[in-house]
Amino acid sequence: MPVIQVIDLVKRYNGHRAVDGAAFEVNEGETFGFLGPNGAGKTTTINILCTLLNFDSGAALVNGYDCRREPGKVRSSIGLVFQEVTLDNDLTAYENLKFHCYMYNMDKRLAEARIDEILDVVGLSDRRGEMVKRFSGGMKRRLEIARGLLHRPKVLFLDEPTLGLDPQTRKGVWGFIEKTKKASGATIFMTTHYMDEAEVCDRIAIIDNGRIIACAAPAELKGSLKGDTIVVKTVDDGAARREIEARFGLRPAVTEAGLVLMVEAGEKFIPRLFEGLGMGIVSVNIKRPSIEDVFIHLTGREIRDYGPQEAKNGQRPMARQ
Amino acid sequence: MGSARWRGNNACPFQTMHGTFSLKAIYVIVLREFKRFFRQKGRLVVTMARPLIWLFIVGSGFTRLIGANATGTSYMQFILPGIVGMTILFSSVFSTISVVWDREFGFLREMLVAPVSRVTIVFGKLISGTLLSVSQGAALLAVAPFLGLNVGIREVALMLALMTLVSLAITAFGLFIASFLTSLEGFNVIMNFIVLPMFFLSGALYPVGALPAALRAVSYLNPLCYGVDSFKHVLLAAQSGALAPELPLSLDAAYLIAFSAVFVFLSAAVFERRK
Repeated sequence: MPVIQVIDLVKRYNGHRAVDGAAFEVNEGETFGFLGPNGAGKTTTINILCTLLNFDSGAALVNGYDCRREPGKVRSSIGLVFQEVTLDNDLTAYENLKFHCYMYNMDKRLAEARIDEILDVVGLSDRRGEMVKRFSGGMKRRLEIARGLLHRPKVLFLDEPTLGLDPQTRKGVWGFIEKTKKASGATIFMTTHYMDEAEVCDRIAIIDNGRIIACAAPAELKGSLKGDTIVVKTVDDGAARREIEARFGLRPAVTEAGLVLMVEAGEKFIPRLFEGLGMGIVSVNIKRPSIEDVFIHLTGREIRDYGPQEAKNGQRPMARQ
Repeated sequence: MGSARWRGNNACPFQTMHGTFSLKAIYVIVLREFKRFFRQKGRLVVTMARPLIWLFIVGSGFTRLIGANATGTSYMQFILPGIVGMTILFSSVFSTISVVWDREFGFLREMLVAPVSRVTIVFGKLISGTLLSVSQGAALLAVAPFLGLNVGIREVALMLALMTLVSLAITAFGLFIASFLTSLEGFNVIMNFIVLPMFFLSGALYPVGALPAALRAVSYLNPLCYGVDSFKHVLLAAQSGALAPELPLSLDAAYLIAFSAVFVFLSAAVFERRK
């Protein structure tokens, strides 16, 4: 049985449908990537799954429990790492973890044992007595992930776990997530806007305008593109786009790097492009498809165009209570 | 018999759909608030200094102006019950800011995704706010002998009971308001419009009977008014005339209990709903 089931989920928010009939399943033990441009319904869906938000119609089940009717049981089954840091800066690492254990009704001895164990896994044992406000961004993230696993959840939700971290720290956090996943056996449900991070997922769902537009393994998604990506930069991309549309019947996506085309046998297409285009070509690049290309192909947009929408809480249906 | 029925329904009286009512969770929420309180040195200093400033600077100024009355009571003695009330007012309201603070800095979500009933979280905040206020009020009682007031064990015990009631009433009220606010800025604005009138219309600095009728009517809605009056029953028991308590102690207690019950219920109800 899948550990998460979402069926025709609808959430209306200020007159528009933030989630508009989304449907997907997450299998037990997998690392599931949930991608989409900002405003596509990612955070709303996560907030519904972790019971912070109600929904209008459809169904959402986590670990077999109904998110609407049995939120307490859903909460016992999940661990959460939010986009923003939700540690108490005025408490020590140990105190933050102890708070969590007691909120999940563990007795003192169990709490102590779990805290010792998890601090060891995240490599923060020697800093357990230090105030969290003195921690670096990467350390805070590690501590939050450790906290999310203390009560041994079936599913760990990671909402942009590496947002705002430098590339090296990001890598470290990922190594750590994989390590803890192996140790805990938890299913991981994560969002990210770093496409290289999405590649490590067992399966990926892409949400756009509140609907799931693709849901498959990364290799399968890339295979579905059937071809190569050509990025061509010209002196006038707008005109070039119209010309490519007219001459080759292709619909290139406009990105910062240039026009993005999906073609079969790209190496044979490039000479034709040079002949066919009536304007100066600045650069041409050809590459095998990546998840990012899948994303651009399906949504017509670059995920980075939207970027992480940081701390604009008022603009999305966050649970305020 | 009753317990068998509950077990049969698989829902004990403390079980809601949001999770169980957890004493352990209440304990750790209270523990956290106390740790934060003692770690914020600035807050600690202000908390201790504010009532003393009022008492000795404002108090001694007015004592010069007014002088002692026929029974020999100075203005400084008269305002001690009011200053205890003020300490509780500021402390209780300030402790509810932690809800807004936790929301702004995300920690509230850590609490809300825990499998405990929402009432657990409300109780944790209520109990921590109440205990912090009572301990500050109690600390202030230490100055009573220096003001020449006779405070024995009986008075201290009575004051502790009354201060608990007043702290609970105001913390519950503050929590209800704080649960609607999403920014610290908004909290400051709202609370200044509520806290200062509550203080000035409480009988702390002058008898409520001396106020114009319209303001007196507002005073009689104010829980702090009944709180300060009840403190006067204990601390200024021997007084008569303008300095004496103005309402029966039983009415003070009844109003405070009713007010607390209503706002504990309302703040729990607000936390219980989901958008």
